[in-house]
Amino acid sequence: MLAALFKFRGGVKPASHKDESTRAPIARAPLPARLVVPLRQSAGGTPLPLVAAGQKVLKGERIGAPEGNFSAAIHAPTSGTVLAVESRTLPHPSGLSAPCVVIAPDGEERWIERTPVNYAAESPDALRDLLRDSGIVGLGGATFPSHLKLKPGAAGRIGTLIVNGAECEPWITCDDLLMRERAEGIVRGIAILRHIASADRVLIGIEDNKPQAIAAMRAATAQATGVEVVPVPTRYPAGGEKQLIRVLTGIEIPYGRIGPEFGVQCFNVGTAWSAHRAVELGEPLVSRIVTLTGNVERPGNFEVPIGTPIDDLLALVAPRADTDRFIMGGPMMGFTLPRTDLPVTKATNCILAASPALFPPTGPEMPCIRCGACTRACPAELQPHELYWFSRAKNFGKAQEYNIFDCIECGCCAYVCPSNIRLVDYYRFAKTSMRALEREKTASDAARQRFEFRNFRTEREQKEKAERLAAKTAAARQAIAGGEKPAAAPTPAATEQTPALPQLDETKKALIAAAIERARAQKEGVQPKNTDNLAPEKLAEIREIEARRAKVREIAKTPPEEPV
Amino acid sequence: MVSALLVMAGIAVVLGALLGFASIRFKVKGDPLVDKIDAILPQTQCGQCGFPGCKPYAQAIAKGEAEINQCPPGGEEGIRKLADLLGKEFKPLSAEHGVEKPKQVAVIDEALCIGCTLCTQACPVDAIVGAAKQMHTIVAPLCTGCELCVPPCPVDCIAMVPVPETVETWKWKYPVVPIKLKEPA
Repeated sequence: MLAALFKFRGGVKPASHKDESTRAPIARAPLPARLVVPLRQSAGGTPLPLVAAGQKVLKGERIGAPEGNFSAAIHAPTSGTVLAVESRTLPHPSGLSAPCVVIAPDGEERWIERTPVNYAAESPDALRDLLRDSGIVGLGGATFPSHLKLKPGAAGRIGTLIVNGAECEPWITCDDLLMRERAEGIVRGIAILRHIASADRVLIGIEDNKPQAIAAMRAATAQATGVEVVPVPTRYPAGGEKQLIRVLTGIEIPYGRIGPEFGVQCFNVGTAWSAHRAVELGEPLVSRIVTLTGNVERPGNFEVPIGTPIDDLLALVAPRADTDRFIMGGPMMGFTLPRTDLPVTKATNCILAASPALFPPTGPEMPCIRCGACTRACPAELQPHELYWFSRAKNFGKAQEYNIFDCIECGCCAYVCPSNIRLVDYYRFAKTSMRALEREKTASDAARQRFEFRNFRTEREQKEKAERLAAKTAAARQAIAGGEKPAAAPTPAATEQTPALPQLDETKKALIAAAIERARAQKEGVQPKNTDNLAPEKLAEIREIEARRAKVREIAKTPPEEPV
Repeated sequence: MVSALLVMAGIAVVLGALLGFASIRFKVKGDPLVDKIDAILPQTQCGQCGFPGCKPYAQAIAKGEAEINQCPPGGEEGIRKLADLLGKEFKPLSAEHGVEKPKQVAVIDEALCIGCTLCTQACPVDAIVGAAKQMHTIVAPLCTGCELCVPPCPVDCIAMVPVPETVETWKWKYPVVPIKLKEPA
């Protein structure tokens, strides 16, 4: 039975280029000489390193502890020796570096003790913790920690679980092959996710250009109840989370809200498969399937240990001579790698070799003619040309008014633009600039508040000090005046000014004398502190020094006239 | 004639009373212009402008006692925003007040610190933790990079280091379109 399908607006239909890399089954990439495992591989904080240089690690041993609840753990992809924990360049458009663990594999692939868990007997909370500690993140590319997506919280119950096997981006086939070859494991993983979310039904969305994957998934889910494999029309970006939810359920999730508020949540098939490995086999996420395709001799899919240098992978598929750059991700949303000695991370779904023949350089950027092609293509129902104007003019307030943060950066607008404008680059610039401004504003607001509080505190302290001093002086005066002339002290100065003066001098003198006496007493009363636990010799030494001090004091007291 | 005068006078009294009530009831406390200027200033509280903090400088600008180009941490962008707000001409940053620098934070060499507490007293935003004769340290996320703690340190153990760009704070660059000169045929 086919569920009625909904539609999302816009989208494009680029040539899919899936056949190149689906001819061969998934192969295992050999272990490289060095593995570089970045500690930050998911949204949220950077996990703290748990290993030091020189330490031996086993395959699957935890090397990065999740910081708080907002990131997932990192594990050693193979057994070997940690060579260093240092900053290395990440496969990121910025080309910046971040802490990585460098491991020299010993080739033995010795696992840690793996303890399979019977998920049906476990509570959802325990399973969520297990997913976090097994480093399970979304393998569709966004690498959002899965345990956070499964939290029901105040948002409501997840009634429908969407499993994303659409894989709409051209060239990429890692999910396709995973479904063809490992449908059984995926379905077991889906059952775990379904148990945690206590979802009633599961919809597996697969684009209809993958008949073999659909058949394999149908066969694997034949026995399951409430699980349905739904072929969806092939049209980029049908695999976008919001687009797939819209197509399968008709629910539209606005910006800033999350799926569970509407009773749905979406997971990639790769995530489901790794959840199955983590729970039922006790194997944390240490490898992923990577598509190597494009301008190469032997395109295909490889199961790659996380941290494998991309150079080593490229050697397996032999890029052709005219390759001019390598793209991580697909041609629509991916980015050009700054170098190729960077490691594979949990986000690396595809390495695409590009050549001028395959991806002819777009012509020079020309002025926007407001043709509206981008608006028709936008799956988020935005007005890309307006966003372009505002981003270009750095008019961020206006860009936000036109909902720039709803943009999923799918690249449809730039794909159809007849003026060859790199629209997404402008949106990315605007979005990251706005986030930076927001951060600066928060910081300056905090600084203002702290500065004002500090001023307030300083003033208060000064006032309190002045008051204390005044009270003390008054008390001392009263004490002296009380000793000599009980009635005279409180006399208002205005009534008898002239006779009050010598008397005031008198009190002042008495006060000074009292202060000198106090200071002297304090000086003599100084006792060595912290002498309780000292050795007897030390104590003797201290006594000796004290005696010398007393002698000096005696000498100081004798009048200095003697030698004269 | 008299009734017309009375009616007009009556209206004047009623409207006057209304205005008087409104001026008391809807009185704006503080100077909204000062707050607007203060919101543009970077809140570094460094005093390079010649005023003890960002708020006093904002007050001086609002009164017309200070120029808008005396804030080095705010830089050129800050001056432009102030010029926009106040309807003034843009002026380049005045050289006597300092030069624009990238955002930095202070770092204490903890091995050298003698615990004199002078830096804690100088810090305008309470971003330094420490006690007398104990090691001091800077709470980096709170530090505004004002450099006020550097001169009081008797052992010169405070250094200003630029804040490095990380993957989280990195920004996409403004798209630049390469223009190629056409070769003459």
